[in-house]
Amino acid sequence: MTTLCRDCFIVSPQPTVEKRPNVRCRSCGSPRVASHLELESLTIAHIDCDAFYASVEKRDNPDLLDKPVIVGGGHRGVVSAACYVARMYGVGSAMPMFKALKACPDAVVIRPDMAKYSRVGREVRALMEAVTPLVEPISIDEAFLDLSGTAQLHGGCPARTLARLVKQIEDSIGVTASVGLSYSKFLAKIASDLDKPRGFAMIGREEAPAFLAEQPISIIWGVGKAFRQQLAKDGIRHVRDLLPYDENQLVARYGRMGSRLYFFARGIDSRKVEPHSAMKSVSAETTFNEDIKDLPKLEKQLWRLCEKVSKRLKAKDLAGGNIVLKLKTSDFKQLTRSRSLENPTQLSEVIYQESRRMLAKVADGRRFRLIGVGTSDLKEGEDADPPSLLVPELEQVAKVERAIDAVRLKLGDDAIKKGRSLK
Amino acid sequence: MKLTIERAALLKSLAHVQSVVERRNTIPILSNVLLEAGDGKLSLTATDMDLTIVDEVEAAVGEPGATTAPAHTFYDIVRKLPDGAQVEVTAGGEASQMTLKAGRSTFTLATLPKEDFPAGGDSELPQAFAVQAGELRNLVDRTRFAISTEETRYYLNGIYVHATESDGVAVLRAVATDGHRLARFEMPLPEGAAEMPGVIVPRKTVGELRKLIDERDEAIEIALSDTKVRFAFGPTVLTSKLIDGTFPDYERVIPSSNDKMLQVDCKAFAQAVDRVSTISTEKSRAVKMALNGTAMTLSATSPENGSAVEEIEVDYGGDAIEIGFNSRYLLDIAMQIEGDSAVFAMADAASPTIVQDVKDASALYVLMPMRV
Repeated sequence: MTTLCRDCFIVSPQPTVEKRPNVRCRSCGSPRVASHLELESLTIAHIDCDAFYASVEKRDNPDLLDKPVIVGGGHRGVVSAACYVARMYGVGSAMPMFKALKACPDAVVIRPDMAKYSRVGREVRALMEAVTPLVEPISIDEAFLDLSGTAQLHGGCPARTLARLVKQIEDSIGVTASVGLSYSKFLAKIASDLDKPRGFAMIGREEAPAFLAEQPISIIWGVGKAFRQQLAKDGIRHVRDLLPYDENQLVARYGRMGSRLYFFARGIDSRKVEPHSAMKSVSAETTFNEDIKDLPKLEKQLWRLCEKVSKRLKAKDLAGGNIVLKLKTSDFKQLTRSRSLENPTQLSEVIYQESRRMLAKVADGRRFRLIGVGTSDLKEGEDADPPSLLVPELEQVAKVERAIDAVRLKLGDDAIKKGRSLK
Repeated sequence: MKLTIERAALLKSLAHVQSVVERRNTIPILSNVLLEAGDGKLSLTATDMDLTIVDEVEAAVGEPGATTAPAHTFYDIVRKLPDGAQVEVTAGGEASQMTLKAGRSTFTLATLPKEDFPAGGDSELPQAFAVQAGELRNLVDRTRFAISTEETRYYLNGIYVHATESDGVAVLRAVATDGHRLARFEMPLPEGAAEMPGVIVPRKTVGELRKLIDERDEAIEIALSDTKVRFAFGPTVLTSKLIDGTFPDYERVIPSSNDKMLQVDCKAFAQAVDRVSTISTEKSRAVKMALNGTAMTLSATSPENGSAVEEIEVDYGGDAIEIGFNSRYLLDIAMQIEGDSAVFAMADAASPTIVQDVKDASALYVLMPMRV
């Protein structure tokens, strides 16, 4: 057994396995120690900030420190983040706001300030990248880190480097984070959840199979609600239920996921930590204050979102190869429609016309609570909207849009609008 | 059913029909070829429901009958049999099997009853005319490369063929476009084609048709209606559904007042474009043509690869211009120009450009420039 003090970073071997592994650091007396047999050999980490949006808000307004804080949109929106005080009342992420407020009526609700969070998120990432170049961001506040081969550089094993890193994030940025350390991405991600908040958990090669066997099947990345139900029907509820099957049987039954089930159940995940994983989709959505069923009203909302998506595509110099329309009905049923484009586009007008055509078919009098539009087939910006023989009007549309963009850049987004957004 | 047939003859017929059969079929019977033996002949039919090929070949029929067998397997077997082999085909009886015997080899194939095979349905094809193989070959070659592969505008997934007038002369015109380029080919209107409706012949049919043209130097008989077309090459008959859609008004795409005329040596131009385009990336194959007097500078740049420049001598009298094209499209067109020189008629760097063979006006190509 090896022990790491998360406050003074001393790594000390423990020749005899005591019944209760060190409750305090022998050197500084801190109770925050982490012990593991494989502590010095695990290299793949998942770092996840604790209740990130809420933590940032508390950092910026210390009066909120001991209050339940929920970050989320309006009455109809959902909880984007709930601080640990609010969580004690049973508030969780993605919970509809009205439910959250029912559970915790005293909560301080804060509208999300995404610009601020992404700024802080970038600061956190910069600290991660100072430790290893192999940082794969998953979202604004979490990332995988591969620390293989960094022991020499940092003068200590990855576990120690990570303990220093999260301490540094706490001290210099003011938010806490939890670390999961293992030998693969899949298990690192699971580990970071085990000891939250301010946690430090490890899963080693030796214990992984036994640990996994007892977990519910949904722990495997990619097993969502529908797939879980399908597996349950086949009698597979826990990871151990997968073990009797060989890979071919699982592939025959579940396709590509079958292979993942087979390997993950055995703690094998060969995915590498890939930095700069390219953006995969660009989208925007909105939840209405009141359900909408009229097509013109839906179209007005849609247009606003199309402009948003187009703006992001242009900013990243990307083009969308398809258009995905997403709707949620008043009874929370989600509908998506998608359509490939002949030529990738950046133009809000093209995104609007394509998504509107799909919307017209779906909007049959049902009431909707949410609409979203996006593209998931990203191409390079230079390939966007090539001149076409058959649709010469497109060039005009592009010119108009470029003119609008130029005006907005100078005078702000509200300086010029299309008539359809005013209806 | 029982018959004996020479391997080479059977192989040729199977080759004609098997390529119509899709490799993956959800409907099992569509993987099969229909075999009908009788009267000294074996008739083979394959279909994908849109396109049907029937071929006939002489055979020593011992016992008339019919069955269906997996087309690709049947073809692969016959292909691998030694040259000159006599193939004995037997089917029928209780088991749904067909037996092939050649020399010391014996194969047994599972069959499906001929009743399951979709009937062709002899529809009325009121318009009939004949086109010489050479002319039909030109019609296909000059236009097919521009057929769109994009499924969203399905009416562009074929060649639009119609009867019209060009400068007061009755012509049969073929047009294909994918929105980036357009190819138009004209030939004198064959006798009997004046009343034909405008039809869109699907890409797959064009491909099968093209293979069959090469084996023939006589006239090919064409018959059609609003919904179907039939090409008869003697014993081989290809029947296809037509694309049910409206081909766009292509004439408005062809510019009439382009005045910057450029003449190039077609071969030298194509070679230079090919060399320069080596540098351009897979995704955007843009090549820039900079024209000033009698010199044309072709260039390409790619952030990953580097850059390329080549100068060639041309005949150009207009104002200096820089214009970019997709190099693959330029090469596609250059391949179809058989004469020594090609002429480009341009307006500006953003407008459609016309390309033609200087000596042969039967084909005309329109090319949309790229932003460079």
